[in-house]
Amino acid sequence: MTTYQLSVNGQRKEVDVDPTTPLLWVLREELKMTGTKYGCGISACGACTVHLDGIASRSCVIPVSLIGNRPIVTIEGIGADPVGRAVQDAWVDKDVVQCGYCQSGQIMTAVALLKDKPRPTDTNIEESMGGNLCRCGTYVRIREAIKGASAQLK
Amino acid sequence: MFATRSLVVRSFLAMFVVFASWLALASVNITNGQTTATDARPADGLAEWQRVYSVLTFPRCINCHTATNYPQQGDDRHRHFANVIRGPDGKGVAGLNCASCHQEKNSDATGVPGGHNWHLAPLSMRWQDPNDRPLSSAAVCRALIDRAKNHGLDAPGLLKHHEEEPLVLWAWDPGRRPDGTLRALPPLTHVQFVEATRRWVAAGTPCPKGP
Repeated sequence: MTTYQLSVNGQRKEVDVDPTTPLLWVLREELKMTGTKYGCGISACGACTVHLDGIASRSCVIPVSLIGNRPIVTIEGIGADPVGRAVQDAWVDKDVVQCGYCQSGQIMTAVALLKDKPRPTDTNIEESMGGNLCRCGTYVRIREAIKGASAQLK
Repeated sequence: MFATRSLVVRSFLAMFVVFASWLALASVNITNGQTTATDARPADGLAEWQRVYSVLTFPRCINCHTATNYPQQGDDRHRHFANVIRGPDGKGVAGLNCASCHQEKNSDATGVPGGHNWHLAPLSMRWQDPNDRPLSSAAVCRALIDRAKNHGLDAPGLLKHHEEEPLVLWAWDPGRRPDGTLRALPPLTHVQFVEATRRWVAAGTPCPKGP
């Protein structure tokens, strides 16, 4: 076991875990932050997406030992960001969610997209969101919500 | 008289042998313990190039030198999963970057390979055709030495790239697959690869003829 100091949603967190533990399980099991979901466990579905130093990252495959001092932002903290707030509002406005399991990952990826491209085209949306799977098939509403959030951003 | 003439001939022969030996040795420099042919024949250079080519077209290398909008993975060079695409600078797109999974080091615990600045090679350095078939030895060679395609690298620059570039070095330390087994290594060791490159460069970076 090794002790790690992490920056999670702007707060310092100390965890004592095996260095190979994926960030996902540090968040869920050690810090009890269960908003980030376990989907496939092999970075194929996007349910576990968090922001690592601003980059949408698949927390299920990144061991805690490779985090370093990069700040982590999760679905619990993204609402404090103006883009994150706009995306979450748009998600509610468009009633995107069906079962909801994948949606925290969808939102984290959408925020990363809009931070890079505040006015994304359909192609931009397809390319950036293409790695986030939704078994309920809410893709059309996700696209509408991203465009809605984009419209709210100045 | 005859004995004197014989002595002169023998002396001449001996001097000739010494001179020829010196000439042969002079064609090889020893730098940092490594031998470098300075007047290697083009045929030798072509043979060394083929050894270099055998590495460049190995999956650990060619999987990120695609002609398509996506990287490949695995020894069977299948399309990268999760709908990963190239993006404008070869690092994916916002929300789905290479760095979304690939960190500075391999993660043997999760089977995700990693290295500094993980990215696809530019399309100008594609070593495959659009149908994912490796380009010919001649075509890869021509592209490699074309400074308009290779980020302006001259021959020493290519050698340095093969010696030091972190993602080149990664090919010999590719870590474990998700099932825990070790990824396959290129057909040459890194030392052999660099030495083959060095000899190819010393021979003037000759390329095979052909399409």
